[in-house]
Amino acid sequence: MQFDVILEKDNLLLYINGLLTTLKLLGISLSIGLILSIPLAVLRVSSNKLVSGPVWLFTYVIRGTPMLVQVYLIYYALAQLEWIQERWNDVWPWVYFKEAVFCACLAFIINTTAYTVEMLAGAIRETSSGELEAARAMGMGKWMTMRRIVLPSALRRSLPAYSNEVIMMMQGTSLASVVPNVFDITGAASSVYSKYYLPFEAYITAGAIYLCLTFSLVYLFKLAERRFLAFLQPRKH
Amino acid sequence: MDGNNEYFLTILHGTKLTLSVALGSLFVASVLGLLGAIAKLSRNKPLVWAAETYSTVVRGVPDLVSMLLIFYGGQIGVNALATMVGYDGNIDINPFIAGIFTIGFIYGAYLSETFRGAIMAIPKGQSEAGIAYGMGNFRVFRRIVFPQMVRFAIPGFTNTWLVMIKATALVSIIGLKDMMYLAKQASGITRSAFTYYLFAAAIYLVITTISLLLLRHLDRKFSSGVRRGEF
Repeated sequence: MQFDVILEKDNLLLYINGLLTTLKLLGISLSIGLILSIPLAVLRVSSNKLVSGPVWLFTYVIRGTPMLVQVYLIYYALAQLEWIQERWNDVWPWVYFKEAVFCACLAFIINTTAYTVEMLAGAIRETSSGELEAARAMGMGKWMTMRRIVLPSALRRSLPAYSNEVIMMMQGTSLASVVPNVFDITGAASSVYSKYYLPFEAYITAGAIYLCLTFSLVYLFKLAERRFLAFLQPRKH
Repeated sequence: MDGNNEYFLTILHGTKLTLSVALGSLFVASVLGLLGAIAKLSRNKPLVWAAETYSTVVRGVPDLVSMLLIFYGGQIGVNALATMVGYDGNIDINPFIAGIFTIGFIYGAYLSETFRGAIMAIPKGQSEAGIAYGMGNFRVFRRIVFPQMVRFAIPGFTNTWLVMIKATALVSIIGLKDMMYLAKQASGITRSAFTYYLFAAAIYLVITTISLLLLRHLDRKFSSGVRRGEF
């Protein structure tokens, strides 16, 4: 084992930049995904089939296909369309498709949105009917009940499930390395591997970084649960 | 869309490879998961520790990284081992076998947790009764614990299988000619990427839909005779 190669300045820098890229990809896709999935989850639980149907179809298709296909579809299919390539130099939303990082990010956003919508919709459906009745008795309308009663509690209750989604997504960002010119942690490991032909050292380092990230996320969510789910904790005295 | 029928057929053939990798890995994962669950529930401390480390580390590292590590690293490792025992040829690892063992190894970690929960869900009296009848440990497991744990394990097992079938798309990266690999190749040649990737995505969707229906049927079969609370 020659782990000293990893500790050389250039390679260390490669891993550090990779870590930053992974965190950036994760942060952007999770935050946009969460913002998109809250309204979609509200539509998903609607009793009107015309409203909930399209959202169901979206989550069903995205959750039923591999994320690799989604990344390929956006990077190799969508971004290679002539119609988009004609516009990606100057016309506004299409300029982003020129960047591989954006394509990867878009695929991640779509993917995490689908999973988060289903998770939130489940939490919304589980709201106890007594709470809804109480809200109605207080004279709240449908939207006010949703905003004041259902969503605050549903978002809190889905925190444990959301931690799984965040960890899954963090590991999912490793797929960004299949897109050329994106160097996340896995991408850094792959370039170290191909430069020195040291697969064990390169990928074990990457794995160790991911493991640290996983543990940090688990710890952060434990803190968040202690804060936001304090009312559901088992009593300590 | 300007598709060429020949490529669709080729991708459809790739389905066979995707399914064999998935089923092969499912077998490996189930065996490892069962062994892992038994190890975690045993009284032997080092065994418990080893099984816990296995599932924690594997679940904390992305599939892609484990796969690249095992595939590229395994190649060197096997050759180093061969040189050590005095064989001086070059051994090439079959990517198909490597793919199955890698995915099986990763998802065995997830299944070991599922199986552990399922075994713990069976009332203790069941296996105690078995021991009281004079059955050995293995027979108790085979006759009493296993048939009952299947029911508890099916929901987690269904989830793992659905995630796993999608994870097989990653074997295209280590060069196996599965659906994804063929779709990528076809779209590279014809320059109509949309058609082929959408086609591959549709096949995955069909596979996951059929699996869901089959596993729901299995769930009903193994739950016969169990009364469910009505809401």
